[in-house]
Amino acid sequence: MMAGLALVAMAIAAAIPAAAQDTSRTGVHIGLNYQPGTKPGVIVLPIVGVGGDTAHAMIQRDLDYADAMNVISDIGPGLDGVTVNYALVQKLGAAAVVQALLTPSSLHVIVHDVGKRRVLMTRDYSLPATVGAADWRMVIHDAADWIQQAITGSRGVAATRIAFIRDGQIYITDTDGADTRPVTQKGGGPLSPQWHPTGRFLTYSFFAPRGTQIAVVDLTSGGARALTATPTGLNSTPTFSPDGNSIVYTHGEENGTDLYLVPAFGSDPARRITVGHGTDNTQPTFSPDGRRLAFTSGRSGHPEVYITNVDGTEPDLLTPFQFGDDIYRASPNWSPDGRLVAFESRVNGRFQIETIALRDRSVKQLTSDGINEDPKWAPDSRHLVFTSNRTGVRQLFILDSESGRTRQLTFGGPARLSAWSRSLGSP
Amino acid sequence: MSRRSRVAPLLILAGAAVAACAKTPPAPAPAPAQAAPSVDSSRMRDSLANAKRMADSASAERDRLASAMAAARSALVAKIFFDYDKSDITDQGKAILDAKVPILNANPGIRIRVEGNCDRRGSDEYNLALGQRRGAAAKRYLTDHGIDAARIDIISYGAERPVAEGDAEDAYSQNRRDEFVIVAGGDNLKVAAQ
Repeated sequence: MMAGLALVAMAIAAAIPAAAQDTSRTGVHIGLNYQPGTKPGVIVLPIVGVGGDTAHAMIQRDLDYADAMNVISDIGPGLDGVTVNYALVQKLGAAAVVQALLTPSSLHVIVHDVGKRRVLMTRDYSLPATVGAADWRMVIHDAADWIQQAITGSRGVAATRIAFIRDGQIYITDTDGADTRPVTQKGGGPLSPQWHPTGRFLTYSFFAPRGTQIAVVDLTSGGARALTATPTGLNSTPTFSPDGNSIVYTHGEENGTDLYLVPAFGSDPARRITVGHGTDNTQPTFSPDGRRLAFTSGRSGHPEVYITNVDGTEPDLLTPFQFGDDIYRASPNWSPDGRLVAFESRVNGRFQIETIALRDRSVKQLTSDGINEDPKWAPDSRHLVFTSNRTGVRQLFILDSESGRTRQLTFGGPARLSAWSRSLGSP
Repeated sequence: MSRRSRVAPLLILAGAAVAACAKTPPAPAPAPAQAAPSVDSSRMRDSLANAKRMADSASAERDRLASAMAAARSALVAKIFFDYDKSDITDQGKAILDAKVPILNANPGIRIRVEGNCDRRGSDEYNLALGQRRGAAAKRYLTDHGIDAARIDIISYGAERPVAEGDAEDAYSQNRRDEFVIVAGGDNLKVAAQ
């Protein structure tokens, strides 16, 4: 078997003009030529090696889900994984061709620039031993994200995970819906999971006998510890700061709720951020530079989205003021590139996902089917995961904010209160 | 539906009846004292009837007491309801809370937990804060009426624990509520003196 693979590897190597054997490095990128405003056509050739079919299906699906490329999957029998017939793939509409070779311990990926009829970039990945296992799959997703960056200039988000609440437990799932499993025991009613930037921890709230508490779970060990010292009171909606060192959360006892900041892993006491004078101030979301928070406040008499500095100064209404009843904006989430805050807004009695631009306060409505809530950005600041009841039961959906394309992520038991991790691959 | 509490007068009555009654179980019917041939059978019938009356009366008092204690417990755990998106105590809510005060005063060992809840509309996370406000409103009413704040815990369940499912106002209005749970001192409830 190994001799056979070696032969194939040699054949691939022989097919590549030596001068064009580029290996990508961070910060160095040679773009593909394709019509601006269109999506480049991409063909993923059959992948040789054990697990090749699985890897091929995953990469093809990840590139399709990126919404930035036109994946040409119906390529007929004339193409194999070994040689690239540039003329043929160009006729099929491809601007890029992806070729990959699997060995039991590695993945070798080559991206071809069809227009220039040469290799654009190559990359090697070490592969864990078990085909189809969670860590094996994450490497394949990582490769897909790199392929997307090679072709479009923007890194994909396939190598991420989404946490959510189902059936009284925190679940995590891959972006293609695979490997969906609980990460907490039953009981305690966890809510509002949020990722640590490293992807190693989740913070969340849970119901304790005399109040609601904040906890942090270490996903590598499964061990969880309660963060909040007070046995009573409401402690909810925790979120890690972008540097991972702090948690901002909602705290309230008998006089409204305010935002507080506490070290995520230290023992310093919590410091109060908002001064709500008995109103509700909740659902904090950090700006990517960690210096500001958007949050939901009822201080005007109904929930709206506000922004404040992390030290509590300069609180300011973000969502545009409108006269009349039935105004309710909540669940803000700041995009990783800092440009937009997504939120849910009651429109004709039903909640829809909207975005507001920080620069000019322009608002865009992104959904209209059913009740849509709790948007969370992907690391690409383009895709969003959110909860929708459009199928009759609450499930998570993923939306491309540029094209509007929506796909269902979860199936089965009702799912809600999601959070999208940062990239879990290697850059 | 607003009605004055009838519990207090009932408890006064029950208390008086209990106080008037002997605490020990009634004595069994006395056996004839001597074997003399001239036993007065009508006197025996009278004393048997008397004993039965006392037994019935004591049993009735026990039932009344049990019923009064059940009414007191029921008043302690009676829920109050809220208008949509509001945490103000309604007039009905005030009457229900008023009925809890004398029972809490008569039983200083009781601790309660107020559980604030919401209907399912709106943000689940914002509803946790709204539920907390609803619990705090009931607690504030009780402490304003003299109950020690240390005896009352608040927890919000937001929209997480509906008692009625579905998307109709009937279900929503049942879910917008505070529940009251006795967490300590709930055995041997003393019925209120006033």
